[in-house]
Amino acid sequence: MSLAAHLPVLQVVVPLLSAPLAVLVRHGGLAFGLVTAAAWAAFAMAIGLWFQVGESGTVTYHIGSWPPPWGIEYRVDRLASFVLVLVSGVAAVVLPYSRACVGREIAREQHYLYYAMFALCLAGLLGIVITGDAFNLFVFLEISSLSTYVLIALGRDRRALAASYRYLIMGSIGATFIVIGIGFLYLMTGTLNLVDMGTRLSGVENSRPVLVALAFLTVGICLKLALFPLHQWLPNAYTYAPSAVTAFLAATATKVSVYVLIRFYFTVFGESLVFHKLPLPEIMLWLSLMAMFGASAVALFQNNLKRLFAYSSVGQIGYITLGLSFDSVYGLTASVLHLFNHGLAKGAIFLLIGGLVLGLGRSGGGHGQPTLDRIAGLGRRMPITCLGIFLAGLSLIGVPGTAGFLTKWYLILAALEQGQYWLVAAVLLSSLLAVAYVWRFVEVAWFRPSAREEAGQDEVRHEAPRALLVPAWLLVLASLWFGLDTSFTVSSALDAAEALVGSGR
Amino acid sequence: MSAAVASSSLLPELIQHFSHIITVFLMVSGLYIVIARGNLIKKLVGLSVFQTSVYLLYIAPGKIIGGTAPILASQYGVYSNPLPHVLILTAIVVGVATLALGLTLAVRLREAYGTIEEDEILALDQQAELEE
Repeated sequence: MSLAAHLPVLQVVVPLLSAPLAVLVRHGGLAFGLVTAAAWAAFAMAIGLWFQVGESGTVTYHIGSWPPPWGIEYRVDRLASFVLVLVSGVAAVVLPYSRACVGREIAREQHYLYYAMFALCLAGLLGIVITGDAFNLFVFLEISSLSTYVLIALGRDRRALAASYRYLIMGSIGATFIVIGIGFLYLMTGTLNLVDMGTRLSGVENSRPVLVALAFLTVGICLKLALFPLHQWLPNAYTYAPSAVTAFLAATATKVSVYVLIRFYFTVFGESLVFHKLPLPEIMLWLSLMAMFGASAVALFQNNLKRLFAYSSVGQIGYITLGLSFDSVYGLTASVLHLFNHGLAKGAIFLLIGGLVLGLGRSGGGHGQPTLDRIAGLGRRMPITCLGIFLAGLSLIGVPGTAGFLTKWYLILAALEQGQYWLVAAVLLSSLLAVAYVWRFVEVAWFRPSAREEAGQDEVRHEAPRALLVPAWLLVLASLWFGLDTSFTVSSALDAAEALVGSGR
Repeated sequence: MSAAVASSSLLPELIQHFSHIITVFLMVSGLYIVIARGNLIKKLVGLSVFQTSVYLLYIAPGKIIGGTAPILASQYGVYSNPLPHVLILTAIVVGVATLALGLTLAVRLREAYGTIEEDEILALDQQAELEE
């Protein structure tokens, strides 16, 4: 067998192995080199898998050569390969950024542990996406969650510890709900393979244990993906974690949970059970709308820039679940597209905010939080950094020419297809809220005088270090590029959506 | 009279579903402790109880009375499924890791805030936010 045939397993094993190696070398620089190399290798492999799926359809890999219903199967279809590219790509960009950033945010003797945890988190997220086995999925979920709690707790502020503890409690409850759901499914079907589970469920899909399993899985996964009333862990975790960690989590962790939800709904339960026999679409629709309006409105009144964009994340997740609730090809396309587009834009924004925080620290403001009065006038001191946040913000709003526009376009198409014109208005109105909170940043950063200018001095230009700007701008440019060249994202998302919706179940 | 009839049919039912009743009892009481208690350690105790209930959910249906380990020999006919046990072994490891990490965080929180009561930590945070 050639190396290409082993890509699915290497995709997970390479980052997973780099974690203990990073601990063994006990040296920040070496650990950085190892983990970054592993992340770039994972990115290359994800792209390789994307092409393999394009050539030969779904790629399956049998761990230890045990055939699927008994052994663990790794399964890469169009959707999985698309999410793999997002997760590994963001990791490959965030890691070089970390190098410049953790030096200032994390104590020196803990650096190698930071990289080890990052590698574990990456391996866990990739594993969730690639595995075709329900219990394996839970194990990877816990690997990524446990390392995420540690990464958040590494933040300098003591509130990072409280946020991490809170996330640990809520995340563990969510994960336990997921195992309970998987347990019921296992009791009913006697298999753990997701595809096999789907075929075997067809005889018993109306029985009560299956409905209970659906309920437990939905609540558990929605806790993980921070659907509106279950999002309480998210704002503080994003606000107080180290900048690089926030960017990585905001771009990947909740997105992977969305992937898990799609996987369970369409591959295991089948749309007829989820969408036609239960009022789940209505519940999903109203929760999504509450997220789009409620969380975005809360974002408007935040004084801390990181928390503002954290609440915006909760709102943006509303668009993803809104797309799911349509149960149509266009709706699902919008969801899949938005988890990619929002990942890029939010990743870029949090990376650039890390640069802002650094600039604030240098001007004598301490390593404080980026509150709005502290960032006043920063548009003149750090124009390139602030311009990046503004451009990525345009993608959050969904301005034509940015990646975010495509999502809104497909959401509106899906709403029109079902004749729900009021939803078109809702999508457009909620975009106005995004305009409002992005504008708040623009207004403070460019049109308010900084402390130095109020004292009558000119503002000196002082950008964030290049090592921070280059990775962040890569993501900014990507979110502009994918707004203009839609061949990669839209075709992947459409393919994935057609395969899932059209599977006839 | 009717109560006696109900209890006489309820008792075998109860015994038959004994493991499920225990599982649900542990599950709900664990979740209740996590939500109702403000002490960080007590919350973790509740979380542990909650997670442990899931072990029972998997293990109990996997055991057949009189069933043996899956040994392929003529004198053994009834096997218990070993897979749930293996799965729960993994889940136990995950549970222990979660508990250990949670306790570590509680220790660090105690060092940083001087308390392990959630409401006091929240009050200190609010104070810090007002000063910001």
